[in-house]
Amino acid sequence: MYDSGKIIVGLLIFIALVTFPFYNNIGKVNAKPELKLDTPEIQKLPEQERKCVESKEFMRGGHMQLLDDWRDSVVRDGSRIYTSSAHKTFNMSLQNECMRCHSNKKDFCDKCHNYMAVKPYCWDCHIAPKENKS
Amino acid sequence: MKILFPFFAVIALILLAFAGIKTANMQFLFGVVIPYAALGIFTLGVIYRVVKWGTSPVPFRIPTTCGQQKSLPWIKQNKIENPSGSLGVIIRMALEVLVFRSLFRNLKTELKEGKVVYGWEKWLWMAGLAFHWSFLIILVRHFRFFMQDVPSVIKIIESLDSFLQVGVPLLYLTDIILLLAVTYLFIRRVYLPQIKYISLAADYFPLFLILGIAVTGVLMRYFFKVHIVGVKVLAMGLVSFTPSIPEGIGALFYVHLFLICVLFAYFPFSKLMHLAGVFMSPTRNLANNSREVRHINPWNYPVHVHTYEEYENDFRDKMKAAGLPVEKE
Repeated sequence: MYDSGKIIVGLLIFIALVTFPFYNNIGKVNAKPELKLDTPEIQKLPEQERKCVESKEFMRGGHMQLLDDWRDSVVRDGSRIYTSSAHKTFNMSLQNECMRCHSNKKDFCDKCHNYMAVKPYCWDCHIAPKENKS
Repeated sequence: MKILFPFFAVIALILLAFAGIKTANMQFLFGVVIPYAALGIFTLGVIYRVVKWGTSPVPFRIPTTCGQQKSLPWIKQNKIENPSGSLGVIIRMALEVLVFRSLFRNLKTELKEGKVVYGWEKWLWMAGLAFHWSFLIILVRHFRFFMQDVPSVIKIIESLDSFLQVGVPLLYLTDIILLLAVTYLFIRRVYLPQIKYISLAADYFPLFLILGIAVTGVLMRYFFKVHIVGVKVLAMGLVSFTPSIPEGIGALFYVHLFLICVLFAYFPFSKLMHLAGVFMSPTRNLANNSREVRHINPWNYPVHVHTYEEYENDFRDKMKAAGLPVEKE
């Protein structure tokens, strides 16, 4: 091989870049987020009624769009009543409705958001619930 | 045929992954086996190609220059376009790799009233630059799936990319730019007759494949949600060699992943190797010092030279007899 010094340095850089995710994770704890659903407000509910406004699968992927729709509806149309697909009505409010049950932002919202490195701008305007744990 | 074959090949790949997940439940194959295999083929293939290129001798300096060569002291040298040392070469290479300097010089050649005229043509350069940089940013952004503690650099890139705060999840500018640029690069190939004439299936296939990857990614993020935390669990399992298949990720993710795996595995055998090739181009990476340094052809074999001394020894008597002057009596 000609110019092998330069080529080998280049190839080593290439290998270092390609294998970066692998050696970067050596010795690190690889914990998936576990959400806590044991807030006092949820505990108070009877077993059958411990349901979010929509199904778990819908909320998992679509909660951000639901909240966005709620915001538009409340701020632009002044309409605060949400009728779910199960024909139940809810008050469209992040602080007063969502966080009433999920009062544990640190163990609920933040778990997945931190894991996925997502920083929603909800709390730029809204007031996060006070939690005892820091 | 040159367009339809790669197009239906990509469609077939999409259907293959979709059917594999939906009907045969081959999550482990598509989520673990194929990604590892693809990365292995990619890494070893690129190394093989580069080493193979490295075995070709470059006996002469053949940079394609477009500036004044280093010459007499009162003639101003163009140190970047016609470098005579390593620093100039590094700057020239950096401009080539980062901003596609040579493509920037691209001109449009046309016949106008019987004369050949050269015109402004930067669209290819612009689209190419937009495409490559968007792709790089998207690749870097994806490292949030491969790292437990995502470094702030990636978070900053992500927040800059989504700074318009359109919709939720926030719209990434690079998603739009990539889709537009790839679409332009495709339309250019079919719209311009000359380009269409020289385009092969191997030119269209990567375009369709990348378009497929981008479209499935966009669909996953903005329209048909997948179980994103499950995706990261899968990715983290792969990079820590403890693969696991979380439940309910969604077939769309596996289609996206499979197309990426095909791209990675196809990479070393295709024109996409310009990733490494740009660094190995002798017309770019050599200093133009042919007049300063003697470059010896590496395949020169030792030639027996018959010196004048030996010649004189052979013919001294005859030379003297003929009255010719000799150096040694």
